[in-house]
Amino acid sequence: MEKFQILRTTAIPLPIENIDTDQIIPARFLKATSREGFGENLFRDWRYTSEGTPKADFALNNARYGGHILVAGKNFGCGSSREHAAWALYDAGFKAVISSYFADIFRGNALNTGLLPLQVSDEVLQRLLDQVEQDPQTELVVNLPEQTLTVPAWGESIHFDLDPYKKECLINGYDDIDFLVNQKEAIAAYETTRAWAY
Amino acid sequence: MAKTLFDKIWDAHVVKSFGDLSVVYIDKHLIHEVTSPQAFDELTARGLPLFRKDQMLATADHNVPTRNQHLPIEEPLSRSQVNKLTENCAKFDVELYGLGHERQGIVHVIGPELGLTQPGMTIVCGDSHTSTHGAFGAIAFGIGTSQVAQVMASQCLLISKPKRMRITIDGELRRGVTAKDLPLYIISKLGTGGATGYFVEYAGSAIRGLSMEGRMTLCNMSIEMGARGGMIAPDETTFAYVEGRPYAPQGERWEQALAYWRTLYSEPDATFDSEYHFDAQDIYPMITYGTNPGMGIALNGLIPTEVSSSEAVSFQNSLKYMGFAPGESLLGKEINYVFIGSCTNSRIEDLRTVASYVKGKHKAQNVEAIIVPGSKQVEQQAIAEGLDKVLAEAGFELREPGCSACLAMNEDKIPAGAYCVSTSNRNFEGRQGPGARTLLASPLVAAITAVEGRIVDITQYLN
Ligand code: SF4
Repeated sequence: MEKFQILRTTAIPLPIENIDTDQIIPARFLKATSREGFGENLFRDWRYTSEGTPKADFALNNARYGGHILVAGKNFGCGSSREHAAWALYDAGFKAVISSYFADIFRGNALNTGLLPLQVSDEVLQRLLDQVEQDPQTELVVNLPEQTLTVPAWGESIHFDLDPYKKECLINGYDDIDFLVNQKEAIAAYETTRAWAY
Repeated sequence: MAKTLFDKIWDAHVVKSFGDLSVVYIDKHLIHEVTSPQAFDELTARGLPLFRKDQMLATADHNVPTRNQHLPIEEPLSRSQVNKLTENCAKFDVELYGLGHERQGIVHVIGPELGLTQPGMTIVCGDSHTSTHGAFGAIAFGIGTSQVAQVMASQCLLISKPKRMRITIDGELRRGVTAKDLPLYIISKLGTGGATGYFVEYAGSAIRGLSMEGRMTLCNMSIEMGARGGMIAPDETTFAYVEGRPYAPQGERWEQALAYWRTLYSEPDATFDSEYHFDAQDIYPMITYGTNPGMGIALNGLIPTEVSSSEAVSFQNSLKYMGFAPGESLLGKEINYVFIGSCTNSRIEDLRTVASYVKGKHKAQNVEAIIVPGSKQVEQQAIAEGLDKVLAEAGFELREPGCSACLAMNEDKIPAGAYCVSTSNRNFEGRQGPGARTLLASPLVAAITAVEGRIVDITQYLN
């Protein structure tokens, strides 16, 4: 996993609530057996017509917008457990998604992919969406070690919550497998205590 | 402190805790072709073995065709994904109930029917509807592919304990109201994010009265309200269902297990972080009109005219996609597709419900009605009971098992713009094929819709 520390970039607004994983990456594009390439089909049915031509009014196709942060409506990532949704966002160049609410599985998947799910209040989210829509050149600065989101245009820094262990993992590019594999002795010992069960 | 059902099982599976995070032991790990290949690759890349392969079971379900399963899969990408699963299972020596196997089927249908799913267990799968298994009083939840790799490597997950919610439904269900209407009703009240961060326990007399199939349908849709999972305390209904199944404990081990399972309930004075109470009499046969499962109404109700301002845009887009207007009734809308299947409603009881209604009737001319059983075993049982003939005579096509039009990864797609009354669990845009318009409902509502060719108030059609 890539390390994440400080991200300074413009953002793309997607002011839609309840964006589900079937929108992020439709099931028919889940047939690959590797992790790469899902970015091409990110938001496929919103981004392209059925003939494959880009839809001009969709934010990702709008030349005004660019950057490595997606600012999305409330309750982002509900639906399936497909980690492909996080991979598709990451593969398409996103390093963070800002929303006021994330579905549980998506949040976990994003963190395991190195994509930061950054949760702000409904009010801040609305201000961010307005700001980015009015001025697409607006820069956002995410400082992970400090857990702050700064909007220099506002002269304001906003604190965001993150599990301390997950924060360490992101900063250092570690993942849970290394951690768990190191617990094998404790796990084997645990198994002996309930051997009767299964 | 008095423990909830969830606490009891969780505590029994914590290997170690670090602050908010715990290493939680997983008893059963189910895998399928879509979310496992990258996890196997991860293991290979790190040179790690499978830690406890005997606690895993694999099946092919998401991509498989529902016709001519004896032939090679035509679609090249689906074929390669299913083949990859076969190769991985051979290489890592994992038990596979793949295509052609007499136990193949949708992962959440076969676990319970094989007796693999048992009370008190922790069960995971790279699939959000793993919540289905909670019907047995297990902690069961969906995980991402990175976590699939973690469980493969350590039989554990590093997770924090969710909050606990209890949803109680007391009273008797109205005529025509079946298990599927319960989650559709609850989600219409709570919204799709209403239980995010929670693990839900369902309780109350209306829940106790459900069969295991009905309980699975309810727990299955827990994820649709954002919950990590849903569960129901095991009782005699549960034990009777599990007993004698291929993977169920036997003899002395059965007695031991039973004694333990009987301790699995929430203590009377246990507290939950959140509680909801509903009255069964308030619940009518439901249907969805929008593009998330929370957009549901009673069949004879009206699409809302007002929603909160923050949801206004999504609401309008959703109705535009569906071709409906605020304040409209769905009654009388012509329907051209009926899909009965998915891990929500493809069990033998669902097929029996449909068959008993359509017996001696025929589907409407304008409808294509397909029934996809959840597993080979369900299919065989349906044939043994003669349901296949009843269905065929009524013009319903009984297919071979798989996820099918639930997510349209195979060729079973609903055409753009067409309406489909579906017994599955998600009505997201494009879920059943690009542009497809899904209305979620129970198997009974689906069967009646197929016969009438339009949406009707089913209460007038029941004798
Ligand atoms: S039937 Fe549908 S919801 Fe169930 S596992 Fe298959 S795709 Fe997922």
